[in-house]
Parts: sequence; structure tokens; C-alpha cells
Amino acid sequence: MHEPLLTVDALEVEYPGRGFRALPFRAVKGVSFDIRPGETVGLVGESGSGKTTIGRALLGLAPVSAGTLTFRGEDISHPTKQRRRELTRDIQVVYQDPYSSLNPSLTIGDSLTEPMIVRKISTKEAGARVRELLDMVALPADAADRYPREFSGGQRQRVAIARALALDPTLIVCDEPVSALDLSTQARVLELFLEIQERTGVAYLFISHDLAVVREMSHRVAVLHHGEIVEWGDGDTVTSAPEHPYTQRLLLASPVPDPAAQEQRRADRLRLKEIQAQQDLQAGAA
Amino acid sequence: MTTTRSSATRAGARKGRPGLLRRLLRHPLGGVSMVVLAVVVLVGALGPFIAPFDPTETSLQTIFAEPGGDHLLGGDSAGRDILSRLLVATAFSLAGGLLVMAIAVAVGVSAGLVAGYYGGVIDATGAWFTALTMSLPSIIVLIAARSVMGPSMWWTMAIFGLFISPVYYRVVYTSVRAVRNELYVDAARTSGLGDVRIIGRHVLLAVRAPVILLMAGVIAAGIGMQAGFDFLGLGDPTTPTWGQMLNEGFYNINRSSNLVLWPALALGITTVALTLLGTALRDELEGTTDKRHSAAQPWVLEEDVPAVMDHGDEPAGEALLTVRDLAVAYPAGTGYATVVKGGRLSVRRGETHGLIGESGSGKTQTAFSILGLLPKGGKVMAGSIVFDGEELVGRTDAQLNALRGSRIAYVPQEPMSNLDPSFTVGHQLTEPLVKVLGMKKAEARERALSLLARVGIPEPQRAFDSYPHQLSGGMAQRVLIAGAVASHPDLLIADEPTTALDVTVQAEVLDLLRDIQEELGMAVLIVTHNFGVVADICDRVTVMQKGVMVETGATRAVFESPRHEYTRALFAAIPQGAPRAPLPGVSSAGSLGAGALR
Amino acid sequence: MLSFVSRRLATGVGLIATLAVLTFFFLQFGVSDVAQRIAGQQAGPDAVAVVEERIGVDRPVQVQFADWAGSALTGDLGRSWFSGQEVTEAVMSRMAVTVSLAVGSVVLTALLGITLGALAATRRGWSDRGVQFLAVLGQAIPGFLMAMALVLVFAINLDWFPATGYTRPSESVPGWLLSITLPVVALTIGSIGGVAQQVRGSMIDAFERDYVRTLRSRGLPRRSVVLQHVLRNAAGPALTVLGLQFVILLGGAVIVETLFSIPGLGPLALTSTSQGDIPVVMGIVIVTGVVVVLVNTLVDVVQAWVNPKVRLS
Repeated sequence: MHEPLLTVDALEVEYPGRGFRALPFRAVKGVSFDIRPGETVGLVGESGSGKTTIGRALLGLAPVSAGTLTFRGEDISHPTKQRRRELTRDIQVVYQDPYSSLNPSLTIGDSLTEPMIVRKISTKEAGARVRELLDMVALPADAADRYPREFSGGQRQRVAIARALALDPTLIVCDEPVSALDLSTQARVLELFLEIQERTGVAYLFISHDLAVVREMSHRVAVLHHGEIVEWGDGDTVTSAPEHPYTQRLLLASPVPDPAAQEQRRADRLRLKEIQAQQDLQAGAA
Repeated sequence: MTTTRSSATRAGARKGRPGLLRRLLRHPLGGVSMVVLAVVVLVGALGPFIAPFDPTETSLQTIFAEPGGDHLLGGDSAGRDILSRLLVATAFSLAGGLLVMAIAVAVGVSAGLVAGYYGGVIDATGAWFTALTMSLPSIIVLIAARSVMGPSMWWTMAIFGLFISPVYYRVVYTSVRAVRNELYVDAARTSGLGDVRIIGRHVLLAVRAPVILLMAGVIAAGIGMQAGFDFLGLGDPTTPTWGQMLNEGFYNINRSSNLVLWPALALGITTVALTLLGTALRDELEGTTDKRHSAAQPWVLEEDVPAVMDHGDEPAGEALLTVRDLAVAYPAGTGYATVVKGGRLSVRRGETHGLIGESGSGKTQTAFSILGLLPKGGKVMAGSIVFDGEELVGRTDAQLNALRGSRIAYVPQEPMSNLDPSFTVGHQLTEPLVKVLGMKKAEARERALSLLARVGIPEPQRAFDSYPHQLSGGMAQRVLIAGAVASHPDLLIADEPTTALDVTVQAEVLDLLRDIQEELGMAVLIVTHNFGVVADICDRVTVMQKGVMVETGATRAVFESPRHEYTRALFAAIPQGAPRAPLPGVSSAGSLGAGALR
Repeated sequence: MLSFVSRRLATGVGLIATLAVLTFFFLQFGVSDVAQRIAGQQAGPDAVAVVEERIGVDRPVQVQFADWAGSALTGDLGRSWFSGQEVTEAVMSRMAVTVSLAVGSVVLTALLGITLGALAATRRGWSDRGVQFLAVLGQAIPGFLMAMALVLVFAINLDWFPATGYTRPSESVPGWLLSITLPVVALTIGSIGGVAQQVRGSMIDAFERDYVRTLRSRGLPRRSVVLQHVLRNAAGPALTVLGLQFVILLGGAVIVETLFSIPGLGPLALTSTSQGDIPVVMGIVIVTGVVVVLVNTLVDVVQAWVNPKVRLS
């Protein structure tokens, strides 16, 4: 039995309300799950479900108002500034938007050496590491001297992955890393994620709105709805035979690329809608 | 650390100043103004040393002396040498302008950086100070300050610099705010960089351009303000400036026009050159040079477009819409970029047709061509679009307008940006009904309300009276569908109608589109990148790749046996692989805490 | 909406209070010998002390301020130390002249600037270049230089307008119009370009918006989309610029008035500051501040009326 790498326990994130006397906004309302070393945990949900906020809380970019985050036995819910900076060696991130996650006025090489600046790694070593990283994500070595604008979305996302890998982290938060990519690019980037995990044993928190992508990537999956986990379990079960009504709706709402199967799924969805509406009605009458 | 840093500075240098300077010199206005300014600066720097006389030395002999002889430009009302005064005044004017700029930059940039990055108290103070400076014309402040500081040019200019520092403050503040929210700043933070490093690496880089850009204008404003101040006679009489010379000249205009001419020219030329330099800087830094290419080369289609792979299962009868060998191009460089290159597509009455492709495949451009609403610069170069027996290519905008909104309708991708934020939903729905379909106002209102009810909006009256920002994305998309089908069109073009929506909302909007399509019997052309959407709603589908329609056929046939290799590659890329087995030793849902489920 | 206006006005009152405190205490640095100047250079210490007592500068600064602020709240801004004239009356009558110059220029700027900007945005071509030229001209040439040129050409050479002086509208309306034409034109030329450029920019921006395409897809002709939707959405930024222009024009008026010998705020400001006449200087600063705050509030209100997002929040 592996010790969990990260344990999230009853996490709450609250943003202060905008304006005078406005109520604070609770984006995450008591969420608990854990990630083992080398595991991929999928977080799936629609916009406003709080999935991105959980990732940001892990990275120290969103305020933890209650609950604890335990990383390798250490409470990292409210680390000191110094400790937070050290933690970045272990916890890294790949963002959704490959266009704004790289500074357009820095070369790829500059972006990749960024994590090494703080670690006081010499230019020579840094250069070697950059070449190694580029090779790892299957980009040509001369990419280091070029600017982000010269690359396609998929290639930029590879750069972002390389940057995340620069310090050999043990956990990478992947926030919708393929949502902005075209279908064929998406498949190749997902493959790269799997390959890197096999090679380095890094764990992923894989955040996405797409059940099919999460299913393909994750060992275990948590379904979020309005800031709460409504279902949590092994990837196959959650994504193919969910128990919670919301997950069922979510699953049946995602169209499958097969006309016959989709017709079936649509019929199932409409039937489920009927049933759930009737249940709501009865619950209301009772 | 120092070494990795230097690579960053090298990168900055590579695309920084030298390049900009060269580009400026090549810019028509920039080049001229730089030369003029170089001369002015040279005069200013050397002026005090080459002036033939003491600029404050008065002489009875040379009062209003004619130009020529020892006094090249003549003498003024006190017999002082005009040329000497002009030369020395140039130095003072430039120095004053530079002082204004230096103080405005120092105060405005540092306050803007800190306030923009940290917010909080400094932010509030900055906003307050900005509001304060804007509540009073600066000349009033300078006049008031003079009563305290006395007629010192340096003090006046320093206060003016402080007073216009909000110009910098606001620009820097806004760019810092924008950069702060960029993901690359978050990424830098998760790379372990501290605030100082982030400001140095990312934030300064972003504010560099606007700071440089404003410099010329601020110097010009400083010089202008100083001249105005001195023109009012408020300056220090011992420092000759353009403003003082103008004042003297203006009140002695009846004696000699010579006195006004030179300082007016010097002041005018300098400020115009500075302003033009500012314009040139803006062009080069922001890339706003009007790139209205007049393509030198005529448009040609370079490549051979292969015939579309047709499954040949098209039902008999005449098509409502046929697009054939369409080519759409945009001017680029000296030639054209062709974004749609050909193929064939036909849609029958009552049919839902999917047009699928990846980004840049030209699917949206094809849709816009049918509507006749290509973005600026875009043009249909070749091919034909036949709608109900009529050729649309070559029609005037007015002719197309007669079809749009009555027989051909459009549902866009992004629901929010496609509603005018300044008008109510009701206004936007009834306006076309009244202006295009000629309904009475009350009738249009009635119709709009029933349409809102039809598209499944729970409280039609409330939605009718709402502004777009008060609706959710799903509701806004329903409003747009209501607007599109208001005229019972024959053809509805829906451009990625569900891409911006959550999956559960997407399913409902697709249901709605299907129902309305059946009810009205219209043809629908859905542009999408999602095979699931096509499988759900389309009877037939056409696949586009890099501007070419490569495969077309009944949805089931194309999904079961894709013929084109690109279509096959796309299918292969759809995530539908097996789920991953749980890691050994991790029992499924074993760690489900009590708090996770309610 | 009402709470929106009152919030704006409250902010304005706060601003003016700050302005009053800062200006009052700042001006104290310049008045050490003011009593001597009032009494005359030959006056002995006793005579100076009498003057000091009369104008109240013998008291501590905070007492002076409290005294001033107390009566200012009732609308009484005190009396000039030098002429003994009532400050409220002097400033108000002159402010009326200055504001009428500024308002005249703003109205002219708005009319011409918006028309030119709209033309440049829709037609491009020559009107576009015209706007660019005017913008550079307005930005580059200091207002007083422009005014000087106008005087030299139209008043002195052509003799169409009076070079200096001011005719009150109560005396002769045509004379009044003639006397303010050149000052208003001088002020306006400087500001049209900026406004036109702003209108042009925000209209071009509005043209590219998605909703314009969608409205066109409903069969609405281009003209009606431009007149209703594009102009309405471009109005917000244009209004902001006009509000800013007003403050700039107010400042410009001070200089132009001196040049044309118009009895506005400008000449008063000049004499009172060179004398160190604190009550008058304070009066000018406060009244100008009030006018600007009122104008800004008006701009905000119109802005909110144009933009439902502001109005409804």
C-alpha cells in the first residue's frame, strides 16, 4: 500500500466578495481526495464547479480558507513564503492556454531556464538541461532560441510540459491541458503525458471538463459539481457506470462520435431526464 | 544565477533598442522627426557655448535692431541679441521638458508598478492622487505653486512632472494588472520566482513599450507648458526661454514681427517633431502601421485541389444550397493567403449538414462566405454558392441583405459577444422584425416573446427586458437561436453553436436545434470540430482540411467507413481508449472521506 | 441610479476637501511677508501688525483654516486681502466667463470631433488622414501659440475680429460673439483631433465586434447598424475623453484669456498669485475643483445611461 503523495482533506476555498459588504464567494466547499505517487487523479466538472480552483489552491494561487492539504506528510495549506517557493520544485503546473502561459517576449530557452534561475544552476548545466527537456517533449534542440509565436498550440503546450518537468517534480497539476488543442494534436499531447509518467513516475492531478479525456488519462476520478465532489472512485466505474445522478447526466450529455450509439445515448438521457424530473416532483410534493 | 540571468538580458537586447532605432529611422515620419530633434538637441547642448553674446546683456544701441551684422537675428525690446537668446533658450526648454519627463517617469512608473502588482493601499492612494490631479487644470496648480516657490523654472517643471505623472501611472498600472493575470506570471510563481524577479523579468518587459511610447509626448507637453507659463510672464526673467521671447515679441508685434517668428518656429518645430516621433514610436512598438496591403500580385490558386471523396449517397432532388470550388483569400504581404480552396458541399431542404474540421480548416470562412459576411479583407475569389437556384457569388451587399435574416439565418459560436451589450434582449430581437420584416412594434414584441418561450426560456418577459450581461451563456445562446429562426428561414447556418457551452447545456441546445429544425423544416448547416455533435444531430457531413473539402456523405456512412486518410486520422485521434487500471494497491474509492459525499 | 449619483458626488466632496486642505497649507509657505506688501514697503512694524491682525494671519494656521473652511461651507470665501472685494463674487463672475469659453469649445469639439471621427471610421481615406493631421496638430502646438497665430492672422492682418478685449453679452450679442470667436476657435483646434481620434478608434473597434456581424446576419442594413449599435457603443470612451478635454480646456482658457485680455479666471489667477492673495487663490482653486467635479459627475451619469452594465450594478 502506497502512502499518499498528497491528501486533500475537507478543502474549502473562499474568495472575498467584490465590493462593500458583499458576501464571500465559496468556490470549493469541503473537498477530500488523495493522490498516490505515480498516479493520475482526474478532476472532472463543468464551468464553475471549482475544479480549477482546487488546482490553484495546491499551487498556492488560491486562498485555502479551511481544510488541509498534506503533501508527503507535511501540511502545506498555509506554508511560509520561503517554503512555498521550495515546494515549487515538487509541485508543478501545465495550464490550459498555451498562448498566454508563455511570455511572448522571452525565448523558449529563457522560459525553460526560468525555474532554474532560483535554484542557482549554472548556464552550462541549464543549457544541457534545456536540451534534455526539449528532447523529452520531442521538440528540436534549436527551439530554445526561438520565440513562442513561431510555434503552434500543440508545440507550445509541449514547451509548457517541458517547463513543468524542469525540476523533476513529483506532482504536476494539469489544468485542462488539451482543451485548447485540435483533436489530432490533443491525442499526441495526451500520449506524451502518459509516456512521461511511465518514464519519470510523476503523479498528475488531471483537470478537465471532458469525460472521455479524463477516462483515458486517469487511474481514479473525482466528479465536481458546484464546489463539491459528488462522486469519487476508480476511473472506469465513474466514467462508465456512475452512481450519482449528476455524473449520470454529465455522462449521457457528452455526445459519442458514433451515430448509432449517440442515438441510444440521447434516448437514455431523455429518459433519465424524465425520471429525475419525476423524482424531483415527488420530492417536492412529499 | 547571474549566468542564466544574462541569457535573458541577451534575449532582451536581441529584439530591443537597436532594432527599434533602425525601424524608427526607416519610418517616414520617425526618420524626419529624429533628424530634426537631433539638430534641436545639438543646438541645445552647444547653444550656451556658441552664443555670440550674453543673452541677458541689454544695450540701448540694439533695441529692435534689424537682422544682420553682429546681431544675425537682430535685437529685442531691450536690445538683447535674439540669436543668443534663442540658442540659450533652447537649452533651457529642452532641459525643462526632460525634467518633466524624468519626474513623471520616476514617480508614475514606480507607483504604477507597485500599485498594479500589489494593489491594496498603494492602489487606492494612486487612484486618489490621480483623481485629485484630474480635478484641477495643471496651469492653476502651477500658478498657485509659483506664489509659494517663486518664479523658478525648475520648481515649476518638477511640479508639472509630478502633476502629469498619473499619465504614466495609469498606463503602467493597467499593463501591470494585465500582465499579473497572464498565465506566464502564474507559471513564473510556480517556478519559484519571487516578486522582485517576476517584476524584473515579466512585468518590466511588458511596461517598457508604453513607457517609451509616452516619452516624446510628455516632453512635448512639458516644453509647451513651460512656454505657456513663461508666455504669461510667470517665468524667471533671468533664464531666457522660448515662452518669454514669445511674450516679448507678441506685445511688441507692432514694432517688429521678427521677435515672434524665431521662438515660435523653434517651439513649433520641436513640439511637432516630438509628437510625430511619438506617432512613429506607436506605429513601430504597437505594430499599428496601417497595413492595408494592396496586393501586388494577382490572386492565383497554386495547388491542385483533389476532388472531394463523395460517398455518393446524396438523396435525389435539387439541393437548397450548393457550394462548389469556393476560394476565399485575404491579402497578405504582397500576395494573398487563401483560406478556402475548394471542394463541394450541398445541403437539401430539411437536412442537417455538418461541416467538420480542425482550426484553420476554413470551415467558418466557408460559412461566412455563404452569408456574405466575411471579415474585413476577406474576398470570395472563385467558385460558386448557389442558394435555391440563385448564384450568390458576385451579388452586391444590398442583394445579399435581402436574403439574410429572412431566408438565410445565422447562429454564432460565442453567445455573449454576439449580443450588443448596450441594448436589451427585446430590442435586439424586435429590431430586425420591424426593420427587415416590416412588422408593427406591438406585433414584433408579441412575436419575440413567443419565440423566447419557444426556445425554452422560463420567463420570456424577464428575458425580454434583460440586458445580455444578465443572462447565462446557455440562455444567451437560446436568445440568439430565437433571433435566427424568427423569420422562418430556409437555411440556418450555425457556427460552432455549442462550443462555448458546458456539455449538459450543449445537449439541451442541440435538442432545441433538432426540435426547431423539424418544426420549421429548414435546412441547417452546422460548423463544428466535434464528432460527437455531428453524430448527434447531422444527417450528412462534410470534412474540411486546410481549406479543402475532402470527404462528404451521409453521417453513418462516413463514420462507419471513412475514405479519406485525414478523416481516418481524425477518428483515430478521438479519445476512446480503454480506461486505465487502478494502480496496484489502491483500492477503488477506498479513501472516500466522510466529507466528500453528502 | 440615485445612489450612483450620490456616491459620485460624495467622492467629489472628499476630493474638494482634500484639495482645500492641501492648497491652504501649501500656500502658507509663501505668505511670510504678505502683510508688509499690503501695508506698503515704507510701513513700520506697527502698521504691518495692524494689517496682520486685519487679515488674520497672526493666528495659528489651523485656526485660520478652520475659520476659512467654516465660512466656505456657507458659500462665503472671504475677502481679497488686497482689494477687499468679496472672493465668492469675484471668482464666480469670472468663472462664468471662463466656463462659457470652455463649454463653447467642448460643444464645438464634440460636434466636430464626433462627426470627423465617425467619418474617418466609416469612410477612411481623406477624412482619416484629416483626423490624423488634426490630432498631431492639436497635440503638438501649444494652445497659446495657436491663439497667437490666429490673432496675428485674423485680428491684426485681416482685421476680421477684435484682437483683444471682451464684450459682455448684455452689452451686445454680436459683439460678444465676435469677441469670443477667436479664443474659442483657438481652444477648439487643439482638442478636436484627440476626440476625433478616440471616436474613430472606438468605432473601428466596435465594427469588429461579433454582434455587428450577427445583427447584419439578421438582414439589418449596414447604415442602421452603424447609426444605432456602433455609435452607441463608441459613445462611452468618447464621453470620457470629452470630460478630460473639459479640464484641459479650462486650463487652456486661463492662458488664452490672458492673451486676449478677457476678464476670466486667468488674469485674476495671475494677479492674485503674484500678490500672494490667499483668499482669492483658494477661491479659484475651490471653485474650479467644484466645477470639474460637477462636470465629471455629469459625464459619469451620461456614461451610466449609455452603458447598462454600469447603470444596473
